[in-house]
Amino acid sequence: MRERLSIVLAAIAALLLANNLHAMFLSLPDEAMQGAIYRILFFHAPAAMVGMIGYFVALTLSIMYLSFGDFKYDSLAASVIEVALAFSLVNIVTGSIWARIIWGIWWTWDYRLTSALVCILIFSGYLMLRRAIDEPTQRARLSSALCIFGCVDVVIVWKSIEWFRNQHPGPVLDFRTGGGRMDPAMSHVFYMNFLALLLVATVLVLIRTRQESTAREIDSLRRLAHAA
Amino acid sequence: MRVLRQAFSVAYKDLSIELRTKESLNAAGAFAIAILLLLSFVFDPFSDVVREMSGGLLWLVFAFSGALIFNRGFSRELPNECLDALLASPLSPASLLIGKAGGIFVTLLPVEFVSLFVFGIFYNVRWWLHPAELAGIFVLATWGIAIVGAVFGALTVNLRLRELMLPVIIYPLLIPLLIGAIEVTNSLIANHPITAYEWLWARVLLVFDIVMTALASVLAETILVN
Repeated sequence: MRERLSIVLAAIAALLLANNLHAMFLSLPDEAMQGAIYRILFFHAPAAMVGMIGYFVALTLSIMYLSFGDFKYDSLAASVIEVALAFSLVNIVTGSIWARIIWGIWWTWDYRLTSALVCILIFSGYLMLRRAIDEPTQRARLSSALCIFGCVDVVIVWKSIEWFRNQHPGPVLDFRTGGGRMDPAMSHVFYMNFLALLLVATVLVLIRTRQESTAREIDSLRRLAHAA
Repeated sequence: MRVLRQAFSVAYKDLSIELRTKESLNAAGAFAIAILLLLSFVFDPFSDVVREMSGGLLWLVFAFSGALIFNRGFSRELPNECLDALLASPLSPASLLIGKAGGIFVTLLPVEFVSLFVFGIFYNVRWWLHPAELAGIFVLATWGIAIVGAVFGALTVNLRLRELMLPVIIYPLLIPLLIGAIEVTNSLIANHPITAYEWLWARVLLVFDIVMTALASVLAETILVN
């Protein structure tokens, strides 16, 4: 059932991505100020949004693990964080490419960029912590706690463009500004690409969760064999 | 109220041990002065630029020397199963964690004061121009370091790779707090007027402390009972 769902979602994501790429490169004109490079923002910002949604989903799953003690929430949280981390890296890399063309530099130490990098470091620490603990219950409890603390930074990343003066552009999306900052045609492609990336992330999480469950099963069999 | 009373007892116990042995205090103080000495070779210590970046230098020193203190916080309870005895006692996990943070806080503050004094002499910086504001920022930021240090010291106390994991986890989490402390300290030591920007960072420090203390209290049982 889960495999079939992954295949269906992957197919929808592929179709959406193909349609979005067609719209980005063949339908939409160049942006008046930025030229052709603005198209990278159709991946940069949605990747950041998918990453942040991932961290908040992992936060919910970590709280659920601590409340109910079911390992499936822990496996799911770890899978979601791995995928969210990958999307955060896509966000940073695409942002750097855009910055090199528009600002003339790869990186600047403003609060948005710094907090996004810190977020990556925190959740890389989460994955390292999981590898450092062999005992599954201890691993699940401690990594859930770290995830909850780490999500404080995710809120800072999200709100930093409103709280502080940054070189990073301020909010442009309709749901944060009330509209008027982005052409509706561009806005449509933006949200469709966000949906496509969200589906890709969901497929990756489904695959990763299956791997995680299998690894846990192998681990428990290994422990059983050692005990016998 | 009961939690605070119990936390006070834990902090008092830790501080009594620390005053008797002075192991963290001496190590952290010596380490802080060693870093200040090393930094003086990196740039001209009497340049005017030093005043503008005093906050950065100082909080870097405090964060690194603080690691020596919060590393000891829980690991000193490992011999003779003292941690198990503390957990089996009527103390609530939240009071144990907050008490440990209190112990770290009171140990770190004198290290910071001595470093600040030495920094003033070594780098010819007049740091006392806004004493009340500076003290307020030091208290807020030091409590943030102490509570995060206590939580993650407890979280990693039983890990095989404790010494490796603690800095990897703790410094990224402390970055928002350290940025705030650095920004405000820079302005105070450089004698710039205190604007809305500095107040914003002071509020960030306060919110960070409240959120981290609340999370530590709620998750104390999860963190401590392994």
